[in-house]
Amino acid sequence: MSPLAAQMPALQVVVPMLMAPFVLLLPKGLSWAAAAAASLLAFGIAAQLAATVIDSGPVAYQMGSWPAPYGIELGVDALGALLLVVVTGASSLALVGGRASLAAAVTEEREHYFYAAWLLALAGLAGIAVSADAFNIFVFMEISSLASYVLVAGGPDRRALPAVFKYLMMGTVGATFYLIGIGLIYMATGTLNLADMDLRIAGVADKEPILAAAGFITVGLALKAAIFPLHVWLPNAYTYAPHIATAFLAACATKVSLYVLLRFDFFVFQQNLSGHALQFSAYLMPLAILGILVGSGVAMFERNVKRLLAFSSVAQIGYIMLGASLVSIGGLTAATLHMFNHALAKGGLFLAIAALAPVAAGLRLKDMGGMARRAPWTFAAFVVAGLSLIGVPGTAGFVSKWYLISAAMELGAPGIALIGVMVLGSLMAVVYVWRIVESACFGKPPENAAQAAAVPRPLGAAIWAAALANVYFGIAPGLPLRLSSSAAASLLGHVPT
Amino acid sequence: MQVLGIYYYWVFAILLMIGFYAVIAKLNLVKKLIGLTLFQAAVFLLYIAMGKVEGGTAPIYGASAAVFSSPLPQVLILTAIVVGISTTALGLGIVVRIKEEYGSIQEDEIQEIDRR
Repeated sequence: MSPLAAQMPALQVVVPMLMAPFVLLLPKGLSWAAAAAASLLAFGIAAQLAATVIDSGPVAYQMGSWPAPYGIELGVDALGALLLVVVTGASSLALVGGRASLAAAVTEEREHYFYAAWLLALAGLAGIAVSADAFNIFVFMEISSLASYVLVAGGPDRRALPAVFKYLMMGTVGATFYLIGIGLIYMATGTLNLADMDLRIAGVADKEPILAAAGFITVGLALKAAIFPLHVWLPNAYTYAPHIATAFLAACATKVSLYVLLRFDFFVFQQNLSGHALQFSAYLMPLAILGILVGSGVAMFERNVKRLLAFSSVAQIGYIMLGASLVSIGGLTAATLHMFNHALAKGGLFLAIAALAPVAAGLRLKDMGGMARRAPWTFAAFVVAGLSLIGVPGTAGFVSKWYLISAAMELGAPGIALIGVMVLGSLMAVVYVWRIVESACFGKPPENAAQAAAVPRPLGAAIWAAALANVYFGIAPGLPLRLSSSAAASLLGHVPT
Repeated sequence: MQVLGIYYYWVFAILLMIGFYAVIAKLNLVKKLIGLTLFQAAVFLLYIAMGKVEGGTAPIYGASAAVFSSPLPQVLILTAIVVGISTTALGLGIVVRIKEEYGSIQEDEIQEIDRR
């Protein structure tokens, strides 16, 4: 390995994090270019790391060459690599395509602050994915959260402010719960390194504080990940944020918290707490099922297009949790694959919304009237991503739902009921995606609609890139599938990590 | 006196619940933030309390004492305090913006204005 390649896990965080203050210092016209360049570079690093992980297994990195568990360790395994590709990919696509849309949402004198916050959010999210240390995860989680509060509140819509206040409250409570959990584990084991924790918890005689820690960590992260019924911060935050920021955050922010949740529950607690699998399923499966049904149900009756998609996100997080709560190789493969595929679909949809919003007068369903004629290409891409969200064969969404259904089949009779829930959820998705399509194809354009504004070229390209990725990974899911199945295997401890 | 002997953990739990109550029950956004700060401060106390070893001194190389307190929790909490301050500052900043836009910092009044 070349000297530079060995530093990849650290560079993954350092590049966007160092670029953030530079964006503030650079002349204002350059802030977008600098942010986009840093994001693309981070994407390159993530792709390189993913290739290394596929070829030669997990990458470990000792910060400052101090050996773990005394030094701080960074580690990228299959799950982390998948997450990194999602996070940096979503950020790059949104930044490259989003310049015009962001210029409309963020005033020029505040633009460089916004891009600096964007890079900090990216650095934080990437930091969570590379970190192998529980406390570092907390710090990165707070960096990404604080920066994403700024992103959400950066737009012109004043309703974003109460929404972001609620997001801040719930996010901080979640992170503090996580901190309490870490504290309880640290009291019992004296370590913060995740791998070391796993080893030392096994030797702890009194497991009750560990059980309490597992509860605190799971609930805290469930808050951050917007698992039903702790999702109440999500719809308004996504609805009133600048469209491009929504596309970025909706694609990856909640998934990163889900990743930490899976890491803790499977790497650290699974082998060490008796009956952990049962408790995990008994707690999360009902919430996942309710999340799918309630999220999709609300989305069916929602009138604002962005809020409709936000409630659909609540439902999709339900699918991911449903897969994880099966606690089987198949279930976890489906869950991690769905993280990737849902990011593709939802990222594409929100990017398309960013393009359609200036053409439409507003974001209500009836504002979408006649959109299929007013912006045919963009709307076609919207439909492709929408089909992937539903899970139509030939799109990425179908692959992960297929794996989810086969994982449920392994359960036998109770699995049939779960499949019923999934099919019902998908049918509800047909309804809510169709409502948008119906309005766009058959609805009348509202009278105050803007005259056919052109969709900026880079945004159009980004939307089509997302839409085509949905189709590509629907037909050739090999790459994410390989990462997610090896992630599932290592989560369940079938191979040494 | 097992229960009273760990009074510092009781302080942690009670402070945590006072803060959490304010976060949930208060409608004034600044009061909510005060609650959040208490909530976080309680967790800081949890960490500080666990690092203290009875009769232990600061772990300085070459010191003659045999018993040391663990310095790591304090270092962790130093970081967490910084995080807490940033959160509070950002939260207060948002409250100022809310006051500018809505003319109120009462959650129910803001919801009323948005509904109109």
